[in-house]
Formats: sequence, structure tokens, C-alpha cells
Amino acid sequence: MTETTVDTAPLKRQKRNRVLLQLSCIAISLFMLIPIYLISLAALSTRESLNRFPLSLLPTSFSFETLAAFLGSTGVFGALGNSLIVGVGTLLLSAVIGVPAGYALARFAFPGKEPYQLFLLFTRALPIVVLSVPLARLFLTVDIYDTTYGVILLHTALALPTTILISASVFLGVPQDVEEAARVFGCSPLGAFMRVVMPMALPGIAAASIFTFVMSWNEVLGASILTLDHRTLPAQVLTSLADSPLAYRFAGGFALVIPSIIFIALMRRYLTNMWGSTIR
Amino acid sequence: MADISISNLVKTYPGGTERATDDVSLEIADGDFTVLLGPSGCGKTTLLRMLAGLELPDSGSISIGGRDVTYLPPNKRNISMVFQSYAVFPHRSVRYNIGFGLQMAKMPKSDIEKKVQWAAELLQLGPYLDRLPAQLSGGQRQRVAVARAIVVDADVLLMDEPLSNLDALLRLNFRSELKKIVQDLGTTTVYVTHDQSEALSLGDQVAVMRKGRIAQLGGPLDVYDAPSDRFVGGFIGSPPMNFIDAAVTADGDTLVVGDQKLMAPSLLRSFKASDIVLGVRAENVAVGTQRSSGDIAATVLVVEPMGSTVLLTVDVEGQTLKVQAPPTFRTAPHQTIWLSFSPNTMRFYDRETSMALEAK
Repeated sequence: MTETTVDTAPLKRQKRNRVLLQLSCIAISLFMLIPIYLISLAALSTRESLNRFPLSLLPTSFSFETLAAFLGSTGVFGALGNSLIVGVGTLLLSAVIGVPAGYALARFAFPGKEPYQLFLLFTRALPIVVLSVPLARLFLTVDIYDTTYGVILLHTALALPTTILISASVFLGVPQDVEEAARVFGCSPLGAFMRVVMPMALPGIAAASIFTFVMSWNEVLGASILTLDHRTLPAQVLTSLADSPLAYRFAGGFALVIPSIIFIALMRRYLTNMWGSTIR
Repeated sequence: MADISISNLVKTYPGGTERATDDVSLEIADGDFTVLLGPSGCGKTTLLRMLAGLELPDSGSISIGGRDVTYLPPNKRNISMVFQSYAVFPHRSVRYNIGFGLQMAKMPKSDIEKKVQWAAELLQLGPYLDRLPAQLSGGQRQRVAVARAIVVDADVLLMDEPLSNLDALLRLNFRSELKKIVQDLGTTTVYVTHDQSEALSLGDQVAVMRKGRIAQLGGPLDVYDAPSDRFVGGFIGSPPMNFIDAAVTADGDTLVVGDQKLMAPSLLRSFKASDIVLGVRAENVAVGTQRSSGDIAATVLVVEPMGSTVLLTVDVEGQTLKVQAPPTFRTAPHQTIWLSFSPNTMRFYDRETSMALEAK
């Protein structure tokens, strides 16, 4: 009897591919994490240690001094509040307008549906500056220039396309017959939506709102054009960047990154939920 | 409980040109189990959805228990429904799912609990009441859907292919269980299916639908034994009814198939010297290896032992037939066998209109 030789090359290839996949995951994670780490390190170090050479890559001189100085400097605390107001306001307003629009896109066939979906994305095709300057004029005449309301309106306009398209895809994932079952068993159209469709869509809507919040939190250009004294945090940091010390810049960067990370961490459960439920 | 009266119902879907239901009228008596049967796209589901209020007709009317419900929303019709894909609420427990309709009807909590327990008992869902639907098997989910539909005291119970997502064995078991449950409840039931064996086994009456119209309405056995046209005969039965081109002689006494002759039943006296179609079920053809008078010769093409019977595909004068032989019947391809037809199981159809011939 001759022993059959087994060609193990495919198995080895599979193993090698797995290792390569893991390595690229690590590389991408490092690419994201190293800047965050460096900023956090710098923001949480003493001012003197920043000027030392060579720079220590481990947290040797931990202190809140820099961060406290940054938060204590004029306008920062107010700007942080403004950013929160604008972020949450944008989130709410775009949900109120965008979620029903997404529902309509998912459930109804209407003339011009395809062009409408394409047209939605045009808002994002215009540079923010092109949008903001006429808006600034308009806001001046209706007297909401330099208010958080104005920025909320701009950010809502920017966020709506993604909110609508994401929530449309979320509602597509809610089977129509579940909604019909609710109707048959005694719900009004609104009742069926609130009791059955909305709870099923909530994880996806939450994911959409993360994008909205983070987008609003990070948006600088429009916010700095539309406000003077009521700046959001990124706008505030940006305007004072040129004439501020190194430590201030790091602390500013840290303060900008943290809320987004916390928000995503809170919403992560819903994100994986959404992907777990739509990718079967 | 209530009777249903559907009259002249027309529905065309937006963008479509063909009528999904074409002037359908149907009377369903109180407590009857009616099955709408037909191939996909025949309008059976559309008809059911109009009964449920999930689609609105273009014209015509529907009344349930004497009350016009044609354009009433689903929640105002006092109906309940079992969906093909179960449509249980995935984010709520089995208990909540079953009690949903009662809760919507604002029934007191203790009564809901009692009814939910009763339905869970009936459908063997007792141990699963606090689970989420995702933790149940497909069969159990469909049980939840049925339980949810029967706890509400609906006038009419609608079922849209409730068994089609279950695997074959489960479908067979649940079918008889469902029949018993619905019988005991006595609710007027409309059941949609494309599965003819389901239709025959469940229905008090079967409405066979085709292209938006009811092709035949009758008891399951009537529909099976005496199809009103070739479509119904070809759709119901497994294997479907055989159709053989034949001609009636000038004196009306003999039926000619190719070069062979058959005794014609008296019905055909009114169709002297005309071309017709003979329809006969596979099990109504007796087969033999010896010729006796009045038999037709056939050549065996395929032999398929089915366990309880042997299914033969045979050739008669260039036309292919399926016939059933007892399991002990021994034959092989290319052999000649003899077929005998009994007059009272033969059905006759017009060659042009495909409609059943009736004595004039």
C-alpha cells in the first residue's frame, strides 16, 4: 500500500492569511491609537516635561495641570457647553426630520424616489464654506447669527443626508409584515410605528445619531464662520491656535477627542446590535 | 364569528396593468373554513390582504357579519391573521406576543394572562412564554403566531400560507393540529395556500384561483373529482389530471384516441362528431398486462415505484399519460400494457375553451 501524500499548502495558506489579517488589524489600530495616545500623553503631562528632550513615550510626569489650564482659559468652558448644545441639538433636530424621511424612503414607492436619494447627497457635495457664507448673511438678517441655533441648523443640514439614508436602510431591515401584524391586532398606524417598528429600528437610529453627533462635534469651518462669541469648542480652539502655547494645543486636542470616544463607546452596543441584526 | 360576503372586488396594483383580482365575488358562511388555492400571482394573497384591510380594492365591496368593511383600516375590522413569515415581534417575549391583540383591546391584565395561558397550553408553548422569539425554532415561532391569532375573539381568522416556511414533516403534523384547533374554535377562516394537498385536507370549501378570478369553488372532493376546467384539473392532484385529445364519433357512442376506441359515456351523445379532451386521474386508470374488451394499449416509458403505488408514465398514441398501478405491478420500459377507463371517472373538456362539457 502506498501512502497518499497530502498537499498541506492550502491549509498553510489559510493560516498565513489569518496571521496577515491579524497583523493588518493591529497596524490599522495602531495608526488610529498612536496619535490619540500621544495627545493624551501630552495633555496629561506637566508643561516642563513637554519641552524636555528626548520626549518620554511613557507617562512619567502625570498631571492635570495642562488640562486644567486649558479648561480655565477664557472661553473654553463656554465653548465646551456650546459644542454640547449644538451636538445634541443637531442630533435631535436631524432625528425629528430625518427618521420620518428615512421611513418614507423605506416604505413607500413614490415618483422621483431615486433622484431624491441622489439629490440628498448633493448637500455634502457643496463645500461648507460655500454654504456658510450665504447662510451667515441670511442668519444676520433673521437675527440668529452668532447663536447656537444657527450652527444647529447648519449641522442639521449637513447631517440629514446620512441620517435619512441610514435610517432608511434600518427601516428596510424591519419586516413589513411585522408592522402589518401590529395593525391587524389593533394598532393605529402611529401605534404600530411606536410599539413595533421604532423599538426594532432603535439600534440603527442610535448608530445614525452617533455619526450626527461626532460630525457636529468635529465640524469647524461652518461653526467658525457662523459664530463670533458663541463658538463651539473646535472653532474656539482653531481660532486661538496660532497664538497659544504648545501645551494648550495638546490639551485642546485631547478635549476634542474625548467626548467623541465616550459617545461612541456608549453607542457601541447599539452599533454591533445593528450590524448583528442586519447582516445575517 | 361572522359570515363574509365579497362582491365584484377589483384591484389593480399601481404601475401594474393586469388586475390582481378581477371582479371576484365569494360568499363564505359563518364558521366555514375556506381555502384560496392557486399558483403564485393568481391574486389569492391580494384577496386575503383586502379582507384584512392591508390593501384597498379599486371597486367592489367586502362585508363581514353584514357590516361593510371595504375601506375600513385593519384595526377596525375585528379580524386576526397568521402571516407566512410568522411576523412575531422579535423584541418582545412570547407572552407579550400572544397577548398583544388583547392588550390592544384593553382587556384587563388578569384576563389576558388567563387567555395567554390557555393558548400557550393549546399550542404547547407553556415552557417558552418568557423567551424571546429569537430563542425559538421556526415551528415554535409559527405556533406563537397562531396563538396570537386565536386568543383574540376575532370575527374572521385569516391565514396566509402559514405552513409554507416549515419543513415537510413539521408541516404535515402541524396541518392536522391546525385543523383541529380551528374546528374547535369554529371561527370563520380564510386560508391562502399554493399547496393543493393542504387545500384539500383543510378546507370545507376550496376556491381555486387563476389570473385574479375564481376558476372553481366547491368542496375539496368536488374540486378534485370534477374540475370545472383543464386548469383546475392540472393544478390539483399529484400527479395532475391526464388530458388526452380524443374525438367523438358521428353516432356519439365511441370515443376515438388515435387509432384506438373507447366506449363513450352517455354525456357525449350531445357532442356527436366533435373533438374533445378526455380528462382522467392517474388512480382512475386500471392497468393490466392482459387485454380485456374496451382496453387501450399503451407503451411504458418510465416506471417510478413510490412505495404505496407504482407511478407509470406511458405513451398512448403519441400522448403521454401518468397512471398509477398497485405496488405489486411488474413492468418495464418499452413493454405494452393495457389501460381501462371507467365511464364515471372520465371528465370531458372543450378543446377550445378548456371548460368542462355538460350534457345539453
